[in-house]
Order: sequence, then C-alpha cells, then structure tokens
Amino acid sequence: MSALVSALSRVGLWGRGVVVAMPYLWLLLFFLVPFLIVFGISFSESIVAQPPYAPLIAWLRDEDAGTTKLQVLLNLTNYLRLTGDDLYILAYLNSVRIALVTTLLCLLIGYPMAYAIARAEPSRRGPLMMLVILPFWTSFLIRIYAWIGILKGNGVISNLLESLGLTSGPVEILYSDWAVYIGMTYCYLPFMVLPLYSTLEKLDPTLLEAAADLGCRPFKSFLTVTLPLSLPGIVAGSLLVFIPAVGEFVTPELLGGPDTLMIGRVLWNEFFSNRDWPVASGVAIALLLLLVVPIMYFQHVQGREEEGR
Amino acid sequence: MKRGGFLSWVLWFGYAFLYVPIVLLVTYSFNESRLVTVWSGFSTKWYAELLTNEPLLEATALSLRVAAVSATLSVILGTCAGMAMARFGRFRGRTLFGGMITAPLVMPEVITGLSLLLLFVAMEQVVGWPDGRGVTTITIAHTTFTLAYVAVVIQSRLAGMDSSLEEAAMDLGARPAKVFFVITLPIIAPALVAGWLLAFTLSLDDVVIASFVSGPGSTTLPMMIFSSVKFGISPQINALATLMILVVATGIFIASVVMARQDRQRKRDEQMAIQGG
Repeated sequence: MSALVSALSRVGLWGRGVVVAMPYLWLLLFFLVPFLIVFGISFSESIVAQPPYAPLIAWLRDEDAGTTKLQVLLNLTNYLRLTGDDLYILAYLNSVRIALVTTLLCLLIGYPMAYAIARAEPSRRGPLMMLVILPFWTSFLIRIYAWIGILKGNGVISNLLESLGLTSGPVEILYSDWAVYIGMTYCYLPFMVLPLYSTLEKLDPTLLEAAADLGCRPFKSFLTVTLPLSLPGIVAGSLLVFIPAVGEFVTPELLGGPDTLMIGRVLWNEFFSNRDWPVASGVAIALLLLLVVPIMYFQHVQGREEEGR
Repeated sequence: MKRGGFLSWVLWFGYAFLYVPIVLLVTYSFNESRLVTVWSGFSTKWYAELLTNEPLLEATALSLRVAAVSATLSVILGTCAGMAMARFGRFRGRTLFGGMITAPLVMPEVITGLSLLLLFVAMEQVVGWPDGRGVTTITIAHTTFTLAYVAVVIQSRLAGMDSSLEEAAMDLGARPAKVFFVITLPIIAPALVAGWLLAFTLSLDDVVIASFVSGPGSTTLPMMIFSSVKFGISPQINALATLMILVVATGIFIASVVMARQDRQRKRDEQMAIQGG
C-alpha cells in the first residue's frame, strides 16, 4: 500500500515536473536565449553576407603547425558608435522625454477617472471599468489610425476650429511631438486606470470619514490620506505606461514627424533600412540597459503584490 | 456637490477621449468621398471594395490562422505556467521563471522582434530549423509574447480561487491530474476563455514582432494595414477597421453573456448546496 502511495506521488511529482518544464523550456528557448544572442551579435561586425554579421567565434586552422586555434572576436565599435554619435544619444533622451510626458498625461487623465469610478455606486463600477478596458481590445494600430484623420490638416479638429472661426486655414497637429503624446496617451490610458482603480477601490472610506470628522477639508484629506494610500497604484500604472512607451515604434512612426526620433524607430531603421544587424543589436542592448532598472522595479512591485494576496 | 460635479465631468471627458476617435472612424467608413474626413454622403462601396481585395483577404486568413494557433498554444503553456506559479510553492528556478513571465509584459516589441529573429537565424544555421521564416516563426513569436499575458490572467484567477475544493478532492484520493481536470479546470474555465481571447486579439494586433520574424509571402493583416497607413488614410482601411471592431465587440459580448450566465448558474448551485446541506 505504501509502495503504491509513493509510486503515485512520484507520478504526481513527475507530472508536476512536466507542467513546469513545458513553459519553462519554451521561455528559456524563445525568451532568454534570444537575448544572449542579441548580446553576442552586438559585439559582431557588420559584413555583406547572409546573415549580415561576422561570426564571433571561429576555429583557425594553422596548416604549418597542424594546430587549431579558437578565435573569439569582440568588437566594441558598435557601442563606441552609440556613445559617439549624437543621433543615438538624442534618440534616447527623446524617448525618455516622450515616455515621461505620456506617463504624466495618462496619470492626469487616468487618476481622476479611476477615482471617480472607485467612488461610483458599486453596481456601476463594473460596467464603467469595462468601458475603460474595451478600447484595449480593439486593434492598437486602428486606434492610432483613427487619430490620423482627427489630427491631420483638414482633419476633424482642423475643420472644427475653422468652422468655429478660430483659425483661418487648416491646422496640422499630425507629424509633431504633440500628436505622438496624444496617440500614446490614448493607447496606454487603460494600463494606468486599471492598477489605479484596484488600489483606490480597496481604500477604506472610513479613513476619509475619520479625517472629515477631525475637521480635515476634503482637498487636504485627499492629499494626506487618499494620495499616499494610492501610491502603489500610481507606481504600478506609471511603470506599465513608461516602460513600453520608451521603446514604442508604431505611434512615433505613424503620428510623429521625421524629427520625432525615438529609440525604437532608430533600431527599426538600423535593422530594416541599413541592414546593420550588429548596430541594431547594440541599440537593443542599450535600450534594455535603460529599462532594466524600471523593469526590475516593476517585477519587485508585482512580486510584493502577489505575496500580499 | 461641487466635487461630484467635477468627477462626473472628468468621467465624461475620459470616455469621450476613449470613444470619439472610434466613433468617427466608424462613421467615416460609410462616407462616399475618398477624402476620409469630408462627409459627402452615405455609401457602403468601401465595404464592397474590401471584399474584392484579394491580397487583403489572404492576409486576413493568414492572421486569423496564426492568431488561433498561437492563442491555443499560449493558453496551454500559460495555464501550466500559471499553475506552477500559483500552486507549486517554491521550486528550483522559480525566481527566473517568474521574471521570464512578467518581463514580456513590458518588453518593448522592437527588442522581442529583433531577438527572436536573431534566434531563428542562428537556429537555422546550427540545426537547420526553422527553414526560412514565415507562418511558423510568426506563430512561435506570438505564442511567446502572449503566453505571459495568459499566465498572469490564469495565475491571478488561481490565486483568487478557494483551494479547499482541490484539497478536498485530494484528501478523497483523487490524483493530481484528475483533480486538475475535474475540479480546477472547470472553475478557471472563464479565465481560460478570457486568456485565449486576449492572446488572440494581441496576436491579431501585432505589427512590430511580425515584421521582424515574417518572411516573403507571409504578410499578416496588421503588416498590410501598417504599410498602407504610412501612405495616408483611405476609406477602405476605415471599413476594414469597422469590421474588426464589430468582430471584437461581438466576441466580447458573447463571452461576457456566457460568463454571466455561468456565474448565475454557479451562484444558484451554491445556494442549492447550502440549502440542501
């Protein structure tokens, strides 16, 4: 009997092993290993070949001595180019700036929205949140596309302003930094509202009542009670917006002007236009270095929330 | 009172910001004029043109196939991952595993796309597979990045679920596999559906990763939309967008009705169990 039990538990353990191993191996092979390859190729040299990079490791056969040597070539020129060329530094600074403005705009619109939903009747909260999440289900590309018709010269805003007599000619907002801010805020807003709502909803309303009973004005009790308690939501939402926004490609490509340089666009152009895979890899590694602190922090926050449950 | 006024104003503004662009997009798909933003009369001719656009229909079929296969794969793998994170306690390499699950959620798409392409190229050199790039590589790439979303959905559902039912079944001698299929799976089924739909829409939406890992002859629908949008707006894209929104809205509506009905059924069952006991 005990042999049977141990046999079964071994099967159970074995089954557990399979359950863990399948996604584990998949992620190792298709998520972790690719980064190592990118890292390796960022030290390679661009050559005209298929694939267009020089191998890092080569076996050199010395016929005279009859020996074989292992040669490892690490080429740092890609990184020197990244730090030496203004284009890349400018693109990095621009990406951080645009992502910060986007995060701020999302917070400015998203916080009052999340607050209002959390203060609504309990039966209305679900549908109101559903309305925030719903646009997320429609295609990202199509939502960006929708803004082109609104922001372009002779577009919806331009025509509206003209018919109101506020402007005399067409107004072109498209192909500017502002168009990128609007488009990115629009796309990332649900990511901000979601974590904010879940912290604000859990907030105990008796705390605010206590503050009011003690003579605290609503605005002050918001600043001293609600805001500090919703800080985890603010942090999570900001990270969820900021991190992907830094590497964003589609929005600046479609809504931004030619001078709206962002690092995602630079990477894309190095890869597709210049076909310089090693430099594109270097740009990717540099972008990762820029994001590694916020990503680690995000995982830390996620992990803490998980343990709190 | 003033505060309440401010808050409802904020909500109206927020929802207008979210929905006016979509409403305008749909409205102008019925515009007769080729100039998308100048209204000249009602017409459905752009929809008729869509149906005769052969490359577009092919790209749509390809995208739907990739989305269905990768969503199914990522639900299978994501459920395993969610189970491992929520139920298996501490195991060796759990930290790395957790990191690999949450990192893709925020990883910029350009990095994911580039790194997967370089992997496929390197694999082709070393083991001869995958032979060139196309549907297979896009499906693998989409499975990888949607897997993270599914895992998070399943994991949070499992964490919120009462595990006493599973423990009771285990105490009564059910084997882990049986417990999973008979008890756990039916309870988390709504999360599986939600995860599948999420993975499906994310795959159907992706242009950046697909551009990196696709090959000649495997242009997905978003890639096609992206390249035509770069040349400016056209009413045909509006019509296509409207159809896509319609499909998504229908899917979500059906899913939420089904889930609400299941929820009611479950509550009724619980009520009966309490009364019976």
